[in-house]
Amino acid sequence: MIEFQNVKKMYESKKQTVEALKGIDLVVEKGDIFGVVGYSGAGKSTLIRLVNLLERPSEGQVLVNGKALTSLKPKDLRAEKKKIGMIFQHFNLLNSKTVFDNVAMPLILSGTPAKEIHTRVNELLEFVGLLGKAKNYPEQLSGGQKQRIGIARALATNPSILLCDEATSALDPQTTSAVLQLLKKVNREYNITILLITHEMSVIREICNKVAVMEGGRIVEQGSVFDVFAKPQTEIAQNFVRTVIHDEIPQSYISQSEGNPIIWKINFIGANSGKPLLSTVAKRFDVDLNVLSANISEIQETPFGNLIIEVTGEKSEIRKAFDYIQAENILVQEVRIHE
Amino acid sequence: MSNTLWGMEITADQLLTGFGDTLYMVALSLLFSVVIGLPLGILLVITRNGHILENKWVFNVLNPVINILRSVPFIILLVALIPFTRFVVGTAIGTNAAIVPLIFYAAPYIARLVENSLLEVDKGIIEAAEAMGATTWQIIFRFLIPEGLSSLVLTFTTATIGLVGASAMAGAVGAGGVGDLALSYGYQRFDTMTMIVTVAALVVIVQLLQSTGNIVSKKIRRR
Repeated sequence: MIEFQNVKKMYESKKQTVEALKGIDLVVEKGDIFGVVGYSGAGKSTLIRLVNLLERPSEGQVLVNGKALTSLKPKDLRAEKKKIGMIFQHFNLLNSKTVFDNVAMPLILSGTPAKEIHTRVNELLEFVGLLGKAKNYPEQLSGGQKQRIGIARALATNPSILLCDEATSALDPQTTSAVLQLLKKVNREYNITILLITHEMSVIREICNKVAVMEGGRIVEQGSVFDVFAKPQTEIAQNFVRTVIHDEIPQSYISQSEGNPIIWKINFIGANSGKPLLSTVAKRFDVDLNVLSANISEIQETPFGNLIIEVTGEKSEIRKAFDYIQAENILVQEVRIHE
Repeated sequence: MSNTLWGMEITADQLLTGFGDTLYMVALSLLFSVVIGLPLGILLVITRNGHILENKWVFNVLNPVINILRSVPFIILLVALIPFTRFVVGTAIGTNAAIVPLIFYAAPYIARLVENSLLEVDKGIIEAAEAMGATTWQIIFRFLIPEGLSSLVLTFTTATIGLVGASAMAGAVGAGGVGDLALSYGYQRFDTMTMIVTVAALVVIVQLLQSTGNIVSKKIRRR
């Protein structure tokens, strides 16, 4: 478990003080895959570095498994750090060491016997699917393979927490997906809590169960991934959601349309998305429906659909149809294209 | 003068002894300079702002001291250190005496070169080490030095070549060596042939050192 309690971080230079974090309150529960999303400069990188004290908080405290690391003696701090694994955007593997030695490094540092190291490293390499690369050097590996090695290395000391600092930002979409699936496996099989930071909302959608949106050193919105995707409250969260869920009225339609057409945005969640809503509405009421845009994606293994339709017909019929949809517990709202 | 070679005023034996003396001076002064310069170079890296052992005092004292030592021309250092050399070695003349100023010349140079080499090591790797809970010693010996080794080898090659050049100047205090021959026979007695042969010998030494350094460094990097 990780808990941020009113954490502030200031960077002081001779000329000015920059406040990178302006009071962060955040709780990452055991077993979470918690994603922090934000544009660069939002402070998310500072935030993740506070967990294992690569940066020290200026105010407030960060509790890791109930302990404030800042109050520990150097020796105890090093011991605690071994319970927190970390992977990086640029992998940070030692180019002078083989894959085996890279993964073994945390164990070597703790003075683990060679035989034990051998068993553990092979086990880890097998877990990440790179047992055959033990004798290779990092420069002979692809980006995705390097990150797998990074993950194996981070898991060597059996941590309870894994920090992922933009771990997939340097990878192509396909490799990203594979690495994310591996992280999911890490979370499930070892019950390791994952805190990740990213600027890609697709990463959040793919593996996180909770999300916090950061802007200007603050968390502006947080909650379950599903809630934030379904009803983003802040503009920045809406922007992020829009990068993966397209629920905008197509430009071509807007430029061609005349007058003030009635347009509905409908969100289906979970089981609702399986219902034949449109045909029912068309049969029951004297309205015509024209689908402008539709898509269904899965968030947290729950189907999540959104639909944009143009409705034509008598005003009273349209009203009834609208009420019917609402009565079905489906989120529907009217939108206008010409303000 | 039965042993003279190619019309030189010096004998083959003299040339060989010169070679040996140069080698001796360079090897010994290199050894001491590395022993002193390497830790200082490491200290320059790790005590700087934002590094693992950040320490304004150490850095701000060490940094200018190394600059000052490096700005004194070797020939001045050679003379200025005579009392100190005499105190340490017992004499201010000869091969052993030359080693003292050579160390004063090379150690700060090596410190600076080591600093440059180690600064090349990706900061991300140090960050990974810190995240793993490595001690300061572990970061230096398990991360910093192995990652910078290939570059360090080139650093020591450069320093060695610098020492070969400086040791030639040490001929001024009768240090012996190839440079001494070049100075006292080639230059002061206008023996052109000796000049050519000794300079050629120095060229060969430098070339050999550089090639060896390059090969070793490349081999380390390739691994």
